[in-house]
Amino acid sequence: MMQARVWWLVWAGVLGALALVALGICVGSAGLENLIGPLLNPAQDPPQTAMAQQIVWQIRLPRTLGAWAAGALLGLAGAVAQGLFRNPLADPYLLGSASGASLGVALALAALGGGAGMLGGSMMNGGVAVSVFSSSLWVRLGLTGAAFLGAVFAVMLTLVLSRGVGHTLRLLLAGVVVGVVLGAMTHLVLLFSPESLQAMQAFMLGSTAFVGWTSCVLMASVWGVCVLAAWLLARVLDGLSLGDATAVSLGLPVAPMRAALVAVLALATGTAVAQTGLIAFVGLAAPHLVRSVVKTTHAHLMLLSSLMGGVLLMAADTLARGLMAPQELPVGMLTAVLGGGYLLWLMHRSNLAGGRAA
Amino acid sequence: MCFAQVKEEPAKRAGATEQNALAPRLMVVLAFAFLFSGATHALQLIDDRGATVTLPRAPQRIVSLLPSLTETVCELGRCQQLVGVDRYSNFPASVQKLPQVGGGLDPNIEMIVALKPDVVLMATSSRAGERLQALGLKVVALEPRSHADVQRVMLKLGQLLEVPDAARIWRAIDAGVSAAAQSLPPGVRGTRVYFEVNQGPYAAGESSFIGETLTRLGVKNIVPAKLGPFPKLNPEYIVRANPDLIMVGQRSADGLQARPGWQSIRALREQRLCIFPTEEANVLVRPGPRMAEGARLMARCLIEKAPGAKP
Repeated sequence: MMQARVWWLVWAGVLGALALVALGICVGSAGLENLIGPLLNPAQDPPQTAMAQQIVWQIRLPRTLGAWAAGALLGLAGAVAQGLFRNPLADPYLLGSASGASLGVALALAALGGGAGMLGGSMMNGGVAVSVFSSSLWVRLGLTGAAFLGAVFAVMLTLVLSRGVGHTLRLLLAGVVVGVVLGAMTHLVLLFSPESLQAMQAFMLGSTAFVGWTSCVLMASVWGVCVLAAWLLARVLDGLSLGDATAVSLGLPVAPMRAALVAVLALATGTAVAQTGLIAFVGLAAPHLVRSVVKTTHAHLMLLSSLMGGVLLMAADTLARGLMAPQELPVGMLTAVLGGGYLLWLMHRSNLAGGRAA
Repeated sequence: MCFAQVKEEPAKRAGATEQNALAPRLMVVLAFAFLFSGATHALQLIDDRGATVTLPRAPQRIVSLLPSLTETVCELGRCQQLVGVDRYSNFPASVQKLPQVGGGLDPNIEMIVALKPDVVLMATSSRAGERLQALGLKVVALEPRSHADVQRVMLKLGQLLEVPDAARIWRAIDAGVSAAAQSLPPGVRGTRVYFEVNQGPYAAGESSFIGETLTRLGVKNIVPAKLGPFPKLNPEYIVRANPDLIMVGQRSADGLQARPGWQSIRALREQRLCIFPTEEANVLVRPGPRMAEGARLMARCLIEKAPGAKP
């Protein structure tokens, strides 16, 4: 029964994603517009066809797939965090790892370009300044690395402050504190590098506007690695859900597997943040949505959350482009409103249920 | 006030004794006296918040919290009366030596009070005004956003600072913009331009200050007025609009050519891209007295890069 539901959900995720890719390719700068016509009849108007091809292949497809990959990474990170910390409210944001990742990005940018502007602009004249929206592979890899280090640092800090994962409330408080402090430090870094301020502000609201094939492929490959690692490590989460002692008595190497999962969490969050900025609540909402449909093992939960996260962010991105076209809403803002709203409803509903049970 | 009285006294004496011989000179002195007699009355003006501000005399110590207002004060010849500016005010060079009192939105209230200004000039969008007023300072809030605003703000500040030829200074600036437009070869008219303010991508639309200058130069902005002054666009919109020329500040120029799908834009294919160094970009984005210079910078760009510039 459960197995059937899992398969049903996998298919729903895949088909939903495919449908949204199709829709995402159709939604453009002027709402739903017909680019398929020029694509199918290239002879009619060659320049129009060339532009349609460019827009579909270079802009819409990579950003749509990029939104899926970023959402999948965040969904996976959310499921890993919730299993790892045995806490349904754990999420890349509440643990401070996303704030750490964006601090890493801000520091890297300040060191590379923004800082040079402060030192008299000598480097700016050479045109060496690096933008957060750059599409060069090396810049993207560098920013991803910085974001990963920042995320690892933040998670470690949270864990040290909460003295382990045993105490839920302490963990969440530590995560919130770390998130706020690192967020403030990011703003401090930006204050001292006005060159990168405006671009970073747009970036911090979350944006898939400039996701090209480079970012897309980078996120997809990291996603592959993370899903594989999470799948292999899932047993320890199942064990942990029964308590530390049980997990150890099952003969699982708990400590190294936990460390490996923290690395997966940081890598997934860091990669997503480095390409698309801060996109809130996808990591939190995706596992909840999956659990509301099916109760299953962590291996399945992580895969399903990932698929769900991809679908969620892709839907949000399509909405962000379509609602006010040709203007764009910052997609991070949209996910915060939608995901936050969903969680409020969830809390409200579980409160009522709890009241009745009592 | 003292200054004005000293000036008036000799004028009266001269009028009483040497009326005939000194008639022409007397007229000049009387005109002067008339000018300064205004200073003995209270000054009143209504600022952009709709608040009536009363000053006992023309302010001698001014703090400005907005670069365009700083520039306007200096253009009116009252630069030496500035005693403090915000951290973004950097023109003319002389204001860089003044104490910096924080940013327009996050000013250092304590430092402003310590400077004992007669008046604080600021944007209406800053919330510091209430606080400064509560501390007993006179605040004039002005919000220059458009060409018409630049004129209005200049005349208002002329009134406040008792600069009689503010209107003439404005006409010179306005004529400078028209001259920049006339300097363009006819082939440039109708060039389709995209002006990016920063990498959101946020564009300068037709209804923005920058857009107004572009309109007066006779070129076509790809971002229509209905999208608002500075819309955050879907990058695809710009690819579809396919501008002939792109103007951008150095800060957001990085990686413009490498953005997904942008290689096909005519402006980038044909290298019709003007990257304004930060100093010039400041001139372009500030609705202030350097708008004629801004128009000349854009005209220079059009003459060098627009497709129709060289027949």
